[in-house]
Amino acid sequence: MNLALEIVLSVFLVIGGLFGLIGSFGLMRLKEPMQRLHAPTKATTVGVGTALIAAGIATATSMPKEALVSLFLFVTAPISALMLARCHVWRAAKPGDLPKDANGVGWAVLKDASPPGRAD
Amino acid sequence: MRSLFPHPALSVFLALVWLVIAGSWSMASLVMAVLAGVIVPLAIVPLWPDRPRLRHPLGLIGYILIVLYDVVRSSFAVARIILFMPSAEIRSAWIAIPLDLTAPEAIALLAGTITMTPGTLTADYSADGRTLLVHALHAPDPDAVRDEIKSRYEARLKRIFG
Repeated sequence: MNLALEIVLSVFLVIGGLFGLIGSFGLMRLKEPMQRLHAPTKATTVGVGTALIAAGIATATSMPKEALVSLFLFVTAPISALMLARCHVWRAAKPGDLPKDANGVGWAVLKDASPPGRAD
Repeated sequence: MRSLFPHPALSVFLALVWLVIAGSWSMASLVMAVLAGVIVPLAIVPLWPDRPRLRHPLGLIGYILIVLYDVVRSSFAVARIILFMPSAEIRSAWIAIPLDLTAPEAIALLAGTITMTPGTLTADYSADGRTLLVHALHAPDPDAVRDEIKSRYEARLKRIFG
């Protein structure tokens, strides 16, 4: 492996490490539960993403695998974030805090209803 | 054919995923890949009765590129807020986003996009599925965030899903 490639890899790895650190730091620093949810869902995505890019460059043959890992990350991160956020809305949000929805039927987690087009 | 392959694109995708994870093109992997591509879509038919229709499938590529760009941009924005903004100055807000989209798959894609991009997070949907509840980490002007999500992401999804 030549020097230029190693430098590129190191840059990606360091950026990844920094973003992972910032995401964790945000979890500690931010005060409200909903604010805390922002730190790991975003900063960490780039953290893991750059680490995967580095891994993909280092071993070109495993590139498709790294692409799949990123895809799974993009599919699963919003879902776990949604679950945590709904849990927070259900447990802790006071009715006055939340804005009204367009048709005034209320938010699903507080109504225990199903999304459109789906049966229970 | 329709009853054997209820979701053809999903079948192909699952088979490819299996081959990539297995990391080999041996006969055993190929057989397992085909089995995964046939059995899994059949098993989820009761859970996913209607196939979404894409009017402009190629539009998805542009959409993915825009989202990736925004993910990087938003990560820097969020990192800056976490590191440098005093807690008292962070203006978090709840935002209601009325939807024009109707396909559940399109709404799910929009909700996921919102979570992955600039300081916003989908927290819930309304009981009739016509509004998304979004939380913004730092939004001095919540209406601007709502308008940006509608014009930047929802308008494109509407074109793709038709």
